[in-house]
Amino acid sequence: MARRPLLEFEKPLVELEEQIEQIRQLAKDSEVDVSQQLHQLETLAARRRVEIFSSLSPAQKIQVARHPQRPSTLDYIQVLTDEWYELHGDRCGSDDQALVCGIGRIGDQSVVLLGQQKGRDTKENVARNFGMASPGGYRKAMRLMDHADRFRLPIISFIDTPGAYAGVLAEELGQGEAIAVNLREMFRLRVPIIATVIGEGGSGGALGIGVADRLLMFEHSVYTVASPEACASILWRDASKAPVAAEALKITAADLLGLGLIDAVLPEPSGGNHWAPLQAAETLRVALLGQLADLQQRSEGELMDQRYAKFRRMGQFLDQGVLTGASCPPGLLP
Amino acid sequence: MSLFDWFADRRKNAPLVRSSQEASEDDGLWSKCPECALVVYRKDLLANASVCGNCGHHHRIDAATRIALIADPGSFEPLDLELSPTDPLGFKDRRGYADRIRDTQQSTGLKDAVSTGICRIEGLPLAIGAMDFCFMGGSMGSVVGEKLTRLIETATAQGLPVLIVCASGGARMQEGMLSLMQMAKISGALERHRQAELLYIPLLTHPTTGGVTASFAMLGDLILAEPKALIGFAGRRVIEQTLREKLPDGFQTAEYLQDHGFVDFIIARPKLKATLAGLLRLHGVRPRVAAGAVSTVAA
Repeated sequence: MARRPLLEFEKPLVELEEQIEQIRQLAKDSEVDVSQQLHQLETLAARRRVEIFSSLSPAQKIQVARHPQRPSTLDYIQVLTDEWYELHGDRCGSDDQALVCGIGRIGDQSVVLLGQQKGRDTKENVARNFGMASPGGYRKAMRLMDHADRFRLPIISFIDTPGAYAGVLAEELGQGEAIAVNLREMFRLRVPIIATVIGEGGSGGALGIGVADRLLMFEHSVYTVASPEACASILWRDASKAPVAAEALKITAADLLGLGLIDAVLPEPSGGNHWAPLQAAETLRVALLGQLADLQQRSEGELMDQRYAKFRRMGQFLDQGVLTGASCPPGLLP
Repeated sequence: MSLFDWFADRRKNAPLVRSSQEASEDDGLWSKCPECALVVYRKDLLANASVCGNCGHHHRIDAATRIALIADPGSFEPLDLELSPTDPLGFKDRRGYADRIRDTQQSTGLKDAVSTGICRIEGLPLAIGAMDFCFMGGSMGSVVGEKLTRLIETATAQGLPVLIVCASGGARMQEGMLSLMQMAKISGALERHRQAELLYIPLLTHPTTGGVTASFAMLGDLILAEPKALIGFAGRRVIEQTLREKLPDGFQTAEYLQDHGFVDFIIARPKLKATLAGLLRLHGVRPRVAAGAVSTVAA
């Protein structure tokens, strides 16, 4: 079951899969009992997969996070919801295909769902602008988050973008303003907001739908202040230093959990979400429903105060020489 | 004629404008305008709020100079002077972030890229924050985020209007995601200030880009900008790479943003103070009555 395009570090796994397949064929043709060898090889393959995926470097995680077969926002919505209507338009003259929004039902819970949508191939990616939303996308999202607030529906947000779109038209239409307004207004919403980084979280373009009561990340997702490529070309003056920048920027789910910036890491099936999308969706469903049940026990006032307090704590600095901020690694706090 | 008199005489008769070949750019006494190349006597430039008298170019000024231009003399009371950055990620590019902070603090005499405090402007109270581009490009890390948040919270608690003078390249990469989250933190504080129905005005100066544009720079009740300031979300080079075509004339200037509806108006620096005070009065901001005066009235 070779998947293309193949990641460099997945090659040994695919070679093993091919060997297993060959032996199966051989057995079928010659009626030799090979169950022993098959069992050995399959165990080996499973072990190698766990080994490889438990020790991915940040740069390799970016590759997994950007994998074209990795489940996307609409994939998750399709599996998670029992009913779903996509809703279009920012009511200002555009409907951004890179950020999809809608209303649906998970079990008996009505929710508003939204997220950046990437394509699987070039054609789809052109239509979806590679998941890079324009100001109209952020305004559409805000319109539907306001709608959720009005009808007291929880908001489920999926983050998967290299960043907000950088283009002349996006600037003319106020890309900065559109994101800024979302950051401010999301603090005003009286309903639970859960955001999950399902692939790439690219800077302000991700945060524009990411001011949430709970921020979850899949194990091999990344969330960055600037793309490692951009960071390398600015700070190292050398774009080829991107893997080094990826390491230095602390972009993995484990790093961000350690810094106190996210609430939970969702484990991925061995081999990453693209190896077992349904299993990934089930992990997500359980996590979302669990978090939602917890958040729904709070009053609107508590929810808003706690959301404010959560972001209020983020940061690390010296105040009169004393290390301060919730993001201090444990043990460093005075 | 003594030697001293000879020098004094010479200074008196010297033209206040020298030809550009004679002067290096900034030799202390003289300043060369990077726009029109005119060399002017530094004192004259400062007297004109560091705006070139010939071409109107707004020279970069530091936060202290900015605050002095706006605040009534002696009225500025700084907040959180002791906040200083750390190196939470142990970040190292071509140099370590910790070394970079130490050197920049030594060379600038600043702790980080923003100064905050409470002042009066024509007698009216104002919470003011001014960014320093000379401190690592005015980049926003934990200290900038925390100081601005504390300033806004103080303003909300005391019922004060807020002015933030923006000058920044965006989020500080050396603090990684902690920097990005400052955008949300400050925006949250602004939401509470807004709920209290208080006035917030950002002044966008050259340059205001990236994460600062995508947060507090664009959240003003009124948004002002300095002439010709570069203001945008994405960098020009990034956009050129995306599009592979030439950018329109005047792209991402203050004037361009006003034309597209994202800036209320452009204000030349010599008129800044009077304009701000006028706006505060129009919004019902009143001089603060001193505690003593209140008790007198009550008595």
